[in-house]
Amino acid sequence: MTPPAVDLRLLVPELVVTATAVAVMLAGLFLPAGRQHLLRWLAAVGTLAALGTTLTAGADPTPAFAGMYVRDALTRVIQATALLAVLLAQWLSGEYVERTGLEAGEYYALMLVAALGAMLMAASSDLIMLFLGLETLSIPLYVLAAFARTDLRSQEAGLKYFLLGAFGTAFFLYGIALLFGATGSTGYRALAEHARTPAVIFQAGLALLTIGLAFKAAVVPFHFWAPDVYEGAPLPATAYMSVIAKVGAFAAFLRVYVVALAAQAGEWSTLLAAISVLTMIVGNVAALRQTSIKRLLAYSSIAHAGFILTGVVAGTPSGASAVAFYLLAYTFMTLGAFAVVLMLHRRGEEADQIADLTGVAWRAPALGGAMALFMVSLAGLPPTAGFLAKFYVFTAALDAGQIGVVVTGVLTSVVSAYYYLRVAYTMFTGQPHEDVGFAGGRWVTAALVTASAGVVVLGIFPGRVISFVQQVGQAMR
Amino acid sequence: MSVPLEAYLALSALLFVLGTTGVLVRRNALVVFMSIELMLNAVNLTFVAFARQRLAIEGQLAVFFVVVVAAVEVVVGLAILIAIFRTRDTVDIDDVDLLRG
Repeated sequence: MTPPAVDLRLLVPELVVTATAVAVMLAGLFLPAGRQHLLRWLAAVGTLAALGTTLTAGADPTPAFAGMYVRDALTRVIQATALLAVLLAQWLSGEYVERTGLEAGEYYALMLVAALGAMLMAASSDLIMLFLGLETLSIPLYVLAAFARTDLRSQEAGLKYFLLGAFGTAFFLYGIALLFGATGSTGYRALAEHARTPAVIFQAGLALLTIGLAFKAAVVPFHFWAPDVYEGAPLPATAYMSVIAKVGAFAAFLRVYVVALAAQAGEWSTLLAAISVLTMIVGNVAALRQTSIKRLLAYSSIAHAGFILTGVVAGTPSGASAVAFYLLAYTFMTLGAFAVVLMLHRRGEEADQIADLTGVAWRAPALGGAMALFMVSLAGLPPTAGFLAKFYVFTAALDAGQIGVVVTGVLTSVVSAYYYLRVAYTMFTGQPHEDVGFAGGRWVTAALVTASAGVVVLGIFPGRVISFVQQVGQAMR
Repeated sequence: MSVPLEAYLALSALLFVLGTTGVLVRRNALVVFMSIELMLNAVNLTFVAFARQRLAIEGQLAVFFVVVVAAVEVVVGLAILIAIFRTRDTVDIDDVDLLRG
């Protein structure tokens, strides 16, 4: 027996991220309390290096590690998105971590490991690899949710996330086991071959796998944990998990459904279409009556999972490109909205109520303008990234004949405009609270500026980004 | 005499359903956690049974990964439970209910 060829050069982005995580954690142990801020620089430099190696890595499909791993255009685009998310999340955590005295070394290391998990999910070409990536993503997020470990709400968020996440993992694994039984292999290729004549056990396995992924992506009816977890976790951890978990889960949806099971699109698209419609309705309607901005953004993230899923439902290469574009736009606008909230504090606590934003725009016009921009983008109005993202996924779904899904998407977008624009409206009216002050610093400002620039550039000059994400679709043809 | 594949699959399906029921009805976080472990072991049994039937090594390989990941989950889960027990003296999930909406 010859050992399988191992080409570590393909893994350079992942190795850089891993090395950075280890270096940050070790440096966090040895740096004196006054110099812990250096960890941010270390994490940022490592992440930028990984981003550079991802973008310069080749996009020709290259399988490795006995067919468990593949580096292709989808890998490159999703990995770049994941690294961008972790970079922005590190920046917007900067002052918060210092102010609240969280252990910076462990905090940044966990963030990087979660990003590594999402990167591996994007590069998986085997269900076992997908499972390992999913857990590498999820387990650090459980810890991040509970990171303020003496805070009762953070503990509770961690416990709920952990128990329900592990519950979802069990379904996911049972799905893999049944698929293995039906096909005799855990590779995606075997999946594609056996999908033509699906046995009952194959369909049951696929259904369980989908339930597991739906848990992680917070898709209705498996979304109920998300609002509680998002509300209880420390604010920057909430921001990060709302983005990175989506990136990883939708990378998996693309890999399993759009790539491996492309030939059977007609059979599974009805199921996913139903889930997508439910998710858009429940997420947007439940968001209407929220008073906490964290809960509002939690339901918003559920609603956006529904919108992104419409691109998967399309099942076409252009649908896959649209999903990749949406994930990028979602990263900028959601992290931007969280950055605005992180710029404020209420008596040293998180200013996490919508009422805390009252009149803030008159004290800080730039902050008000930025929030208005992110809210307009989240609502999907032109000329922002959110508009184009929705436009592309809906167009792809229309081309695939999914008219019902698109009509629901457009109608629920109108509903979402109400609660998003209410947040912006609150910032521009009324008297500011005396308790609410500014807590910004250089790092969170950098995140805010980058996210604003991202939303505007993707909305107005999307040319280069679109040709970047279209590699995903072209690779599938 | 050999036990047929169906018997293994039926047993593992039963264990999985028992675990799911445990997660849904039990209120002690530790017992919920044990129920999840039961679900994972039901999955392992399925993997091994199929690996034997198909003579494919991947099924047995998968079990190792599942065991390792389950161990990692135990570490994180127990750490969270201990943090909660230290501040509240309970791990009953009905008492851990600050977040509602």
